[in-house]
This record gives sequence, C-alpha cells and structure tokens, in this order.
Amino acid sequence: MSEYNFAYLDEQTKRMIRRAILKGLAIPGYQVPFASREMPMPYGWGTGGVQVSAAVLTPDDTFKVIDQGADDTTNAVSIRRFFQKTAGVAVTEATSEASVIQTRHRIPEQDLRSDQILVYQVPIPEPLRFLEPSEVETRKMHALEEYGLMHVKLYEDISQHGDIATAYAYPVKVEGRYVMDPSPIPKFDNPKLEMAGIQLFGAGREQRIYAIPPYTKVVSLDFDDYPFQPTKADHACDLCGATDSYLDELIVDDAGGRMFMCSDTDFCGTRRKQGHVGAKGVPHTEDAR
Amino acid sequence: MTPLLQVENIAKFYGARIGCTDVSFDLYPGEVMGIVGESGSGKSTLLNCLAGHLPPDRGAVRFDTRADGLRDTRAMSEPERRMLGRTDWAFVHQHPRDGLRMNVSAGGNVGERLMAVNARHYGDIRASAIDWLGRVEITADRIDDRPTAFSGGMQQRLQIARNLVTGPRLVFMDEPTGGLDVSVQARLLDLLRGLVREMNLSAIIVTHDLAVVRLLADRLMVMKDGHVIETGLTDQVLDDPQHAYTQLLVSSVLQV
Amino acid sequence: MISVENVSKSFVLHNQGGAEIRVMQGASLTVAPGECVALVGASGAGKSTLMRMIYGNYLTASGRIMVGDIDVATAAPRDIIELRRHTLGYVSQFLRVVPRVSTLDVVAEPLLATGSARADAIARAARLLTRLNIPERLWSLSPTTFSGGEQQRVNIARGFAHAYPALLLDEPTASLDPANRATVLAMITEAKARGAAIVGIFHDAAARDEICDRQFDVTRYTPGLAA
Repeated sequence: MSEYNFAYLDEQTKRMIRRAILKGLAIPGYQVPFASREMPMPYGWGTGGVQVSAAVLTPDDTFKVIDQGADDTTNAVSIRRFFQKTAGVAVTEATSEASVIQTRHRIPEQDLRSDQILVYQVPIPEPLRFLEPSEVETRKMHALEEYGLMHVKLYEDISQHGDIATAYAYPVKVEGRYVMDPSPIPKFDNPKLEMAGIQLFGAGREQRIYAIPPYTKVVSLDFDDYPFQPTKADHACDLCGATDSYLDELIVDDAGGRMFMCSDTDFCGTRRKQGHVGAKGVPHTEDAR
Repeated sequence: MTPLLQVENIAKFYGARIGCTDVSFDLYPGEVMGIVGESGSGKSTLLNCLAGHLPPDRGAVRFDTRADGLRDTRAMSEPERRMLGRTDWAFVHQHPRDGLRMNVSAGGNVGERLMAVNARHYGDIRASAIDWLGRVEITADRIDDRPTAFSGGMQQRLQIARNLVTGPRLVFMDEPTGGLDVSVQARLLDLLRGLVREMNLSAIIVTHDLAVVRLLADRLMVMKDGHVIETGLTDQVLDDPQHAYTQLLVSSVLQV
Repeated sequence: MISVENVSKSFVLHNQGGAEIRVMQGASLTVAPGECVALVGASGAGKSTLMRMIYGNYLTASGRIMVGDIDVATAAPRDIIELRRHTLGYVSQFLRVVPRVSTLDVVAEPLLATGSARADAIARAARLLTRLNIPERLWSLSPTTFSGGEQQRVNIARGFAHAYPALLLDEPTASLDPANRATVLAMITEAKARGAAIVGIFHDAAARDEICDRQFDVTRYTPGLAA
C-alpha cells in the first residue's frame, strides 16, 4: 500500500496532539499550544484540522470532509484523498455514516450523535486578536477572565452598523468561562455548538488546539438590548425546499439572476432523495458519479 | 480617618543608581498631591511604583479598598491589582496614545471600562459615554469618531473621560498637560480641577510645571535625584521654599 | 480665636550666598471673637509676613499660632487645608484666579467647598456681587480682564461668601471708591458682629480707625528695627 505511517504523522507526534486534545477537552474553550508539524500542504490550507484528524483516526473510522458545507470542492476532495492514501480509512459523503468529520467553515445541518467527532479548521484561534495585538496581553486576559474588550468589539459594530455586524466567527463563551472563536462558521451555526458530538478545533499555523466536550454550554456574546440572532438569508433552498438550512447564493446569469441552495450538500441531497423539491429544483434521479 | 493611600518607604533602584528612595506620605480622600522635579528627579519612577506599573524594591503602598480596608497593593495578586486598576484607580498618561485605544471609537473607549465590569446594556453604555464626553467638553456628535481624528487636547480629554467613567477614587496623572498648547492646557486644568472637586477624587500628579501644581495640588513634594527634598502645602512650598533646590526651582520660573 | 505665641521667622536665601534675613522675633498677639486688630508698621516691617504665617502660607520658625484648636505652625497639611476651608479666610491684596472660571463661580466656590447646594451658593454669590456693585453683565465673565478695583471687589466677595470665624484681610479697601469702601467696611462690621476674629492691614488710616478695635505694631518684633 503506502510507505506512510498510519495517517501520515508518526506515533510520537500523534501522542503529543492527543495530549493537547485531552487537555482541551478538560478545559473547554481554552487554547492549548501544540507543536504543529510541517504538513504536505501549506499553512492556511487546513493543516490544523488535518493534524487533529490524523491524531484521532483509527483504522475502523469512516471519514467525511466538507469545505463550506460541500463534499466536492477541491480542498475537501484533496484532504479526503490524503487520508484515503495515508490511513486507508473508509470515506463517505453522508453525515450520518461518518464517525469523524473534518470541516471548514460550517457545521453540518444534521444533528451529530455522541459517537461522532467534528474537527474544525481554524485560521486565527484568538478571538481578541484584532483588538489586542499582544499575545502576552491576550493570554493574561483569558487567564484573568478579562473579556470587556470583546464587548467593545460588539459595541463598535452596533455603533457603526446599527446591529452586531459580525456574521461569522461570532465569539462565544464556553461553560461560562473561556471566550472562544468558533472558527469562521456563520453565526447561524452557533446554536449547533451545543451538541452531542465531540468538537475539536485545530489551528496549524497558530499552533493551537481547543475543544468542546459533548453537551457543553456555549453562549454567543451579546448585549441585553441587542440579543444574539442566528440569522440566515430569508429564502428557501431552490433545490430541495428546506427553509431551515444555511444557504449559498449562486449568480446564474449575466442579468443578476440568482438562486439559493443549501450549503450543506449532503443535507440537500438527502432531502431530494426523500422526494423534497425546491422552486427551481428537478426531482431527484440517480446522479452519474 | 483612614488615609486612602498610605505610602511607606518606597524605594526603587537600578543597580547602584537610585530611581527613588525613602518616599513616605499619606493621602486622604479629596486631596491632590503634586510631585515636581526636573528630568531625572525620579518623579515618574515614583508614580509608576505607586500605580503598580513598576515593582518597588522596598516599601509598601497601602490602599483603602472598599471590601477589606487598607491593603498593601504589592502583596495583592495580579488579578486583584488589575481589577483595582479598572475600578478604583485611574491612570492618565502623558501621551493620550498610551492611554487610549486608537482604533476604537470615542464611545467604545469610554465604554470599555464599563464593559469590563460587566455592563451589558448597549443603550445604557452609550448614554454613559455621551454623558462623560459632555463632561469633558467633547460634543456628542464625535462619539463614533476614532481618537485619530481628534486634536491632542481632545485626545487628552477623552483619556480623562475613559478613566473617570467608573468613578475611581484615586487618579494618577503623569504630566497631564505636557505637550499641549497653552490655551488647551488652561482648559484641561480647569476641567480637572472641577472634576476633582465634584467627584471628591484624590490625585497624585507628576509634573515639571509649577503652574499646574499651584492650580491643582493641595500638597506638594519636590524631588531631586531620587529623593524628596521638601514637602508641604503647595502654596507654602512655592511661596516660602526652605531648601536651596526648591528656591532655585521657584525663582527659575519665568513670569509672564 | 487667634493666638500668636512667641513666633519667629527668618528667610535663608540659599542661592544668594546663604544670606539669612531675620524678619520677626518673639511676636505674640491674641484676637478674640468679634475683635478686629490692625497690623501696623513701616513697609517691609513684616505685616504681610505675619498674616501669611497665620494662614500657613509661610512657615513659622518657632512659636505657636493657634487658630481655634489648630496650631498652624506645626499642623499637618490636611489639617490646615481643612482649617482654610471652614474656619480661616484670607483676602489677599491681589485676586488670583483660575483662568476661564466665571466671576459668579469664583465667588461661589468657598460655599461649594463647605457643602452648600449649588443653587444656594450661586444665589449668595449674586447677592454679594450686587452689594459690591459688580454689574450683572460681568458675572459670567472671568475676572481676569476686570479693572483693579473690580478685581478687588470680587476678591472681597469671595472672602466674605462663607462666614469664617477667623478672617485675614490684606488692604481690603485699596483701589476702592468711597461708596464701595463704605460697603466693605460695613461688611467687616457685620462680620465682627457675628463673632468673627479679624486681623487686617489698612494703609487707609481712616478706615483703620473706624473699624479696628486696636492696633498691633509689628516693628516692635522686627530684629534691627525694634527701638
């Protein structure tokens, strides 16, 4: 088969990452430094997520990769093939069949179970970074629970835009203690952060791992008079008719015509298989693959 | 009556060089203490030791905390000291840029300390910010502007508003009027005087400008080469200086 | 109310070769409530110096200066500040004000410092200014641009705003026309009547004789000048 160790990383590295993961699970939302390895893809292409997945995969796992909800983008395909080659694990596009799901910028629409692990790719793990550039200072702020600055960011949004304009990477408070950046998922996905599955977050370039154990309390930050709203586009999916999923907007012609479709391709496909049809959709037939 | 701040034998050394030494005084609520001296006198070192920015080598700085009475701030844990710095204490820097977030609006700057002590109602926070901007004579229509769009005097006034919004009891000021135009200085001093009186603040003001202490300070300490060489009522030290250096300092001020 | 006991004072000018100038030796003086004592003596003999020592503006080299229960010569700064706020008033020869503060606020300040409500303080200040013939159109302006006589009257209004039990007046009628002079003397008389102990310096002999109960000659205690 291949000359690689299982899932590419050597056993000692996986051990180090697993220790970081355990620490992260023991302290929900706390950023654990880890010795991020050089991976065969550049920083910014999901090396954090890949390292976490590599550390948790076992030969019996079924692996799914999504990129902004889709299984078939270049990067999702690339990472899936990487693990097929280096770990030989089974892969799938069906959320319900996967035991480990690596994701970039979305949480699957379908509720995850307690036997599933969701691995997020994280660009900048530090939620306070844009307001406080000093790493020394942000570490102190986390250690001393000094999060006033986080609300300053939200205040600025309201004063400039009339509402909290943060649409993705919306900061949350985990288990009443640490403020965390949930990675650039749309704020629509924030409520799903309270789930039955295990959530692991990996930032390769920044060398941090953090985690949310199952059934952990995750609260999106807001003001009493500007409460958090998980908004989405006010449309239904044009392919499957779903009204409660996060949508991608597609411009279809030069006249500005557009259509909305579920960003979660597996969710949309599953609904169409069940017979749901949207405004611009066609009844499901077996697609040639 | 318990002093608000009790300073006992504070000293700070840089190797063999004296930063400041043998400084002791009590400060009561509503009192303003001026510390004057020329460059190298140790006044800024002393201020930073008192405010918890520099660890002194010797001595105690006891503050009358609301919950536990007089406590040595040197012996406090860092979270406690930082909390003190956001609530009961304030520090006005010489350069507003050191005391403001330049990439946050004026309202955000003033509101930050409130948000840091768990204010969670946007409308109330904004109303407080507008009120305080008004008190430092910044019009409400500037609330969403960044400090980079303000003049030096306005930035300094914003810094003061940011510091006073949580109603501190003790304000440290490091050359608050340094670098400002004379007319702007006059306005700022007047403002500070009014606020100190209205809020019954205690303040420790470091400056090299004797006119500033004459206007703002009840008591004065004169420093030279790290030592306090004379101390007393401001008007007494300035009108009847005893020490040779104080006499030199007072006589050197140009009369306009 | 005021008791000066065997005080001495000298100035050492370190930057002029350490020259020592002894200006006062062994001076004693008491002023009872309701009394007005005039300090007299040649110019430079030490009248203003003694007044400043009583106020705590100058240090006293030896002796005691009791104002009420406080010995100004040895009291802690905060006790003197407290004394000056409630008990001991001082009207100096020159008006020294913070720029930008209105005349009304200048006069109201001693009342605010002793805890009066703002409205009451302003009202009383207005009455005093009216009595001293400062026109209302000037009240919102800073007194720094007023004439010498106007400044002096603002100074006096401020000094009499709060009913101090002890009062020090340095040339209160200088620069005043006869009408205002009379007003000021009336105000001093009223202060005496309510029991204030007053020490004053008057070059105006007639004014002095009119309201002062006795005179205190400082030259008797000036080394080198004593007969």
